[in-house]
Amino acid sequence: MTSSKLDARIPEGHMAEKWSKYRSTVHLVNPANKRHLEVIVVGSGLAGASAASSLAELGYKVKVFCFQDSARRAHSIAAQGGINAAKNYQNDGDSVYRLFYDTVKGGDYRSREANVHRLSEVSGNIIDQCVAQGVPFAREYGGLLSNRSFGGTQVQRTFYAAGQTGQQLLLGAYSALMRQVGMGTVTMYARHEMLDIVNIDGKCRGIIARNLITGELERHFGHAVLLCSGGYGNVFFLSTNAMGSNVTAAWKAHKKGAFFGNPCYTQIHPTCIPVSGDHQSKLTLMSESLRNDGRIWVPKKKEDAEAIRAGKLNPNDLKPEDRDYYLERRYPAFGNLVPRDVASRAAKERCDAGYGVNATGEAVFLDFAYNMKYRYGKVEATKQGIENPTEQQLFDFGKEVVKEKYGNLFDMYKQITGVDPYYNPMMIYPAVHYTMGGLWVDYNLMTTVPGLYALGEANFSDHGANRLGASALMQGLADGYFVIPYTIGDYLSHEIGTKAISTDHEAFVEAENGVKEKLNQLMNVKGTKSVDHFHKKLGKIMWEKCGMARNAAGLKEAITEIQELRKQFWADVRIPGGLNEFNPELEKAGRVADFLELGELMCMDALQRNESCGGHFREEYQTEEGEAMRDDENFAFVSAWERTGDNQWTMHKEELKFEYIKIAQRSYK
Amino acid sequence: MSSNNFLSLFNSSIGKKVIMAVTGLFICVFLVVHVAGNFQLFKADSGLAFNKYAVLMTTNPLIKTVSYVLYLTIIIHAIRGIMIEFENRKARPVKYAKYNGNANSKWASRNMGILGTILLVFIVVHMHDFWYNYKFGHIPYTLYKTELATGKMTEAKDMGPDFKMGSKMEEMLAGDYKYVIVKDLYKEVKEEFKQLWLVLFYVVCMGAVSFHLYHGFRSGFQSLGLNNRKYNNIFQSIGTWIFAIIIPASFAAMPLYFYFNQ
Amino acid sequence: MNITLKVWRQKNNNERGRFETYQVKDVSPDMSFLEMFDVLNEDLITEGKEPIAFDHDCREGICGMCSMYINGRPHGPLQGVTTCQLHMRSFKDGDTIVVEPWRAAAFPVIKDLAVDRTSFDRIMAAGGFVSVNTGNAQDANSILIPKTDADLAFEAAACIGCGACVAACKNSSAMLFVSAKVSQLALLPQGQVERHERVIKMVNQMDEEGFGSCTNTGACEAECPKNISVENIARLNREYLSAKIAK
Repeated sequence: MTSSKLDARIPEGHMAEKWSKYRSTVHLVNPANKRHLEVIVVGSGLAGASAASSLAELGYKVKVFCFQDSARRAHSIAAQGGINAAKNYQNDGDSVYRLFYDTVKGGDYRSREANVHRLSEVSGNIIDQCVAQGVPFAREYGGLLSNRSFGGTQVQRTFYAAGQTGQQLLLGAYSALMRQVGMGTVTMYARHEMLDIVNIDGKCRGIIARNLITGELERHFGHAVLLCSGGYGNVFFLSTNAMGSNVTAAWKAHKKGAFFGNPCYTQIHPTCIPVSGDHQSKLTLMSESLRNDGRIWVPKKKEDAEAIRAGKLNPNDLKPEDRDYYLERRYPAFGNLVPRDVASRAAKERCDAGYGVNATGEAVFLDFAYNMKYRYGKVEATKQGIENPTEQQLFDFGKEVVKEKYGNLFDMYKQITGVDPYYNPMMIYPAVHYTMGGLWVDYNLMTTVPGLYALGEANFSDHGANRLGASALMQGLADGYFVIPYTIGDYLSHEIGTKAISTDHEAFVEAENGVKEKLNQLMNVKGTKSVDHFHKKLGKIMWEKCGMARNAAGLKEAITEIQELRKQFWADVRIPGGLNEFNPELEKAGRVADFLELGELMCMDALQRNESCGGHFREEYQTEEGEAMRDDENFAFVSAWERTGDNQWTMHKEELKFEYIKIAQRSYK
Repeated sequence: MSSNNFLSLFNSSIGKKVIMAVTGLFICVFLVVHVAGNFQLFKADSGLAFNKYAVLMTTNPLIKTVSYVLYLTIIIHAIRGIMIEFENRKARPVKYAKYNGNANSKWASRNMGILGTILLVFIVVHMHDFWYNYKFGHIPYTLYKTELATGKMTEAKDMGPDFKMGSKMEEMLAGDYKYVIVKDLYKEVKEEFKQLWLVLFYVVCMGAVSFHLYHGFRSGFQSLGLNNRKYNNIFQSIGTWIFAIIIPASFAAMPLYFYFNQ
Repeated sequence: MNITLKVWRQKNNNERGRFETYQVKDVSPDMSFLEMFDVLNEDLITEGKEPIAFDHDCREGICGMCSMYINGRPHGPLQGVTTCQLHMRSFKDGDTIVVEPWRAAAFPVIKDLAVDRTSFDRIMAAGGFVSVNTGNAQDANSILIPKTDADLAFEAAACIGCGACVAACKNSSAMLFVSAKVSQLALLPQGQVERHERVIKMVNQMDEEGFGSCTNTGACEAECPKNISVENIARLNREYLSAKIAK
């Protein structure tokens, strides 16, 4: 039943041998030819930086583009918690298969087995590579690497560097990239935004980029183009993404023939700082690692919740028996460490039922008091030889331990909210964090446009309907360091005869004119409302109707509303400043214009998927206990959307076959 | 890219600071010797010990060599410092309209250039008054008569403005007494510090020394890479107590002592 | 809260800049400093004026993009905090706040409050790496690293490259930035092979970019949003000296 337009090109053979066999037989490009092959990489995050440096090391000529002022600022840098790898350093029974299994199960059986297995196989190499680069992972006193646990798993396989793992990994990849820049094998184009791809004879041959400082449009040729441009969570306006994170690169590619896979799969992260007011520009994540020691609760009685909301009751004074530790109650096996989608929905369920604890009613408590005192405090007291410690002593000892583990996160919380989490429970609420959907790619990470690849969060491939914590960093680096350097050979080995195409070629001229026209169109609207005005409206529609819970009626409404909003945008947006200068408002406008199209597609995708799975929860499809109800009979497929005209799409299906994992109802009870 | 021989070190921003550190710390060592020697000004012997010390400092070949190295050091420290100051200004062509340096650093550390310039002026005045005049100007001689049995000085006699001698000091034994005729720098000091403006100038300049060394001593170690959590407090204490307080205060006490003991 | 803002406006690097004064009304103390700028920009756009250009991205204190010099201090009055994490509760109703771009010859102004920090990238490209190609690594646990060294290296590696150290330094010196990377790699066994070469190349590049030299005022450490210590600068000096003596 897989569409004839989709060929995932999964190698034959047993799961455990597919990758190693494929890697050994895939076509190669000899070093002399590599020097004549040019590769364009869009985005400099974990996927982009690692791919660019690895390809340059192999000898390809590489150009890297990023819209930030430096490659080091890509949003991978903000990942806090850690990176998974099946090293089994803790001797707790981890293996490649178990990581593979956990990831497929965590993704609610909506990911491609072969890709996930490969990811799992190379996970260990990533850690080796990063350590060799000088990434300062946390260590034990004996000098060995330290691990922590993350949601959705029962082994300790997460490597970390305090609460700044993404930063350290990105800086590692960035340093590898800068090394190549210094050697002249990579040319870096910072403050450049890709605004279109250029296809010649059905193959992707380059990009049009705008120099964000001068406003100039530039044409760049490449034998292949890699989109490593991240996710599209900012379609919701409020998310944990950076302000600049956008879908534009992927969307332009989509408009030029790349199918978009599973657009409706959005990850809502359960532990973010709740919204404080209308002025809010972004949401801040509190690392998932906090769920190791924090207990999530709301009051058992509605009147207590109301009293807390009104500020009449201090949550610290509420007796343990009056608290509802709802995750521990509903999921005794995993407790506070259930996967993100489950934790988020559970929080929403309690808040919708009227148990929310902040002024807006949209927050739950993440409380460290218990573990601080009775877990860490007691251990420390025992270590110090104090037999009957006072409550104050327990608190003091525990506080020190918690400070050591999460100090920076606690400081950040206090900085943002003005409330000290050592003395008061944190308030958290789910927020958009990651998008599992993205450009559809085959086993080689190539999109449906030959020569155009998508890596990292920009593709749809590995996380199914829900991503496990600490797996995004793993996937970004796996794609860049250990997958693309091999799989790109399959395509480029056939391109050794292709001479660099002049950027005067009519396809480049045409693409540039298209971009120019679009920019002029934006500038000439000369309306009355700012870009943010429309972005906020779009975000509200998406959050309310295509957010943590969706239903058919709401999605249909959302589609109409988005279409209407899009019209308003093109009729009434105001962009001050000029075209040929540094103009952040113009940049934003272009991105929001793309979000206004993507939003509609997300709703369409959510509407067609008549089941609940992972981050996609359709209210019509749930069990009596409120758990997600999958429909494996009819929906075990990847939806890949082909754009057939202006805001018109056709859906193609890639059937998902599970040969090595028994598909089952996901249970964390 | 600049070449990588050892001398190219001194063209780099770090190398320039190394020069400042090495020369600066050498001057600090000298100050310890200088203040220790000058303590003899406070001795109630009409200046005999101090004058003998002055002779020793200007005649001993080893000390003389060291002192020429010192002059050179001061010159290098001053010139290099002035050059660094101007280079650093070029690194920020447009100044901040609102600058709150006190929020993140000590005043002294930000004003080493100005403090250094004050000290350079001071050194010129000081060298002229005491070094140049002692060496090339006319300093009268004094005869000290000391009783050998008791070691007590019984007489200090001005030899008068016309008295000349081939050397700076002659010692003779006659009977129960020892006679010393020596160039009387002590008297010169005493005379000079009768002038209130000069005393004030000295005191102000010792204030500058205090601030300059409060930052400079510790900073020198940092520039040489000598920063260790275990020893930082020691460097800092020495810098503060010895170099920023005791030494400048002792030096400042000297003109004040003479001014108030006229 | 009502706030008066005096903001540096400069069309581009070739034109002269000047201060403009703006009033921002109804500022909530829960707003971040940048959110207040969002509000101001929204007002400016509505009035048909050009909004103020400023760099920002992650807004959670880690990307290092935001870079405002607020009331005479980089990233404003708090310690250990980036501009995006500074909240309006740190100010009072009626305050006048002066906002300028980072000022350094090596950080030319692009527009208003946005500056060009690619000089940092060039320093990194000169030597801020371990030369290890993908695929050559040994097992991660075969390199044992004492926890104390790993922790010190991590503290240095926490640098976000925002340039506050340069902005704070009276000499616009980049020593703290360079020392953070040199220290990280000098403290780890992986960095030993290229130790001498790295420090020399990075310092050469730093000098070529036109940063000033270090006067050890400590302003960089005091203003660093990641609290990077000047101990690293001492280590850089040590590394550089020993490299020059050895090679």
